[in-house]
Amino acid sequence: MGSAPASDDVYLRPTVKTAVKLLVVGHFAVGKTTFVGTLSEIRPLRTEEVMTQAGAVVDDLAGTRDKTTTTVAMDFGRLTLNDSLVLYLFGAPGQQRFTKLWQDMTRGALGALVLADTRRLSHSFDVMGVLEELDLPYAVAVNDFDGAPVHGLDEVREALDLLPETPLVRCDARDPESSTRALISLVEYLLSRESESELEHA
Amino acid sequence: MTPRRRPEGRLVRSYVVTDGRAHPTRNTLDLVTLLIAATDLPLTGLNPEKRRVMELCRPGALSLAEVAGHLQLPVSVTKVLVADLMDSGHIVTRAPIPAARPSDARILQEVLDGLRARL
Ligand SMILES: Nc1nc2c(ncn2[C@@H]2O[C@H](COP(=O)(O)OP(=O)(O)OP(=O)(O)O)[C@@H](O)[C@H]2O)c(=O)[nH]1
Ligand SMILES: [Mg+2]
Repeated sequence: MGSAPASDDVYLRPTVKTAVKLLVVGHFAVGKTTFVGTLSEIRPLRTEEVMTQAGAVVDDLAGTRDKTTTTVAMDFGRLTLNDSLVLYLFGAPGQQRFTKLWQDMTRGALGALVLADTRRLSHSFDVMGVLEELDLPYAVAVNDFDGAPVHGLDEVREALDLLPETPLVRCDARDPESSTRALISLVEYLLSRESESELEHA
Repeated sequence: MTPRRRPEGRLVRSYVVTDGRAHPTRNTLDLVTLLIAATDLPLTGLNPEKRRVMELCRPGALSLAEVAGHLQLPVSVTKVLVADLMDSGHIVTRAPIPAARPSDARILQEVLDGLRARL
């Protein structure tokens, strides 16, 4: 432990100048880690911190790790998009909204992809609410889990009470092409919002 | 309970390596701030954790989040270490795009083109 990783492609190309981030969020076991791992060019990494419920990082000098503390975890991966631009994907559940790590993750993020599972759509409301509070634009990707009932996207849109403009796509988080397409829908949406606000301010 | 992947005492050690400080000397560090290690400064006088950061970063640039992940340190601790290393000139950063305007249309278009090129 502690030695530098061996592989060359652990490191960024020397020409990379700009780093941006997108979030991959959703409830327990919805496929966040899988999604990040499918697209990442590096072995996905994970960081954890132990927090008090008040959101302070626990120093644990006195061995105070007890039920008033929780472990906050986030997985992340990296995609080099061209010689100068790199995209980081951060995957985390939304109920960590009051933690420092969540604030770090959301600050400066371009937007979020919400993963949803048709077997428990209502579990997605919480994280969607958090993103709305933060004014962070998002798209929704429904993972088709084996054995899950297949609903039309119209039905899902209604059940999730999405705005008409919020993109909704199907996605298999295990499949690189499908996962890339889900991110593309999100970024197309972010770009369309941006062009609209530019027109408004013109 | 999931099995602990880390040696006991990691948190105690993390706290000690930052000299007991919980806050970095600068608050501009972002998870995607890119870190570049100076190659011409000696590592003498650095504590072992700062040395590990330097050794990790010397071969090439990494984001702050990646440094935390590779070294299995909490982000908060990594920020303290990196801020100190910036103060001593051991690390320079390439800032992420300013948080005030992350939705710059040009950058979004570049992200979109990069993603489409992967299909
Ligand atoms: N069929 C199918 N299974 C998936 C998909 N995405 C994830 N899975 C499976 O669902 C399980 C949970 O996936 P994870 O990626 O661990 O989910 P997570 O959101 O990271 O879970 P937590 O971190 O525990 O909240 C794994 O067994 C995956 O293989 C998908 O798109 N389709
Ligand atoms: Mg996970």
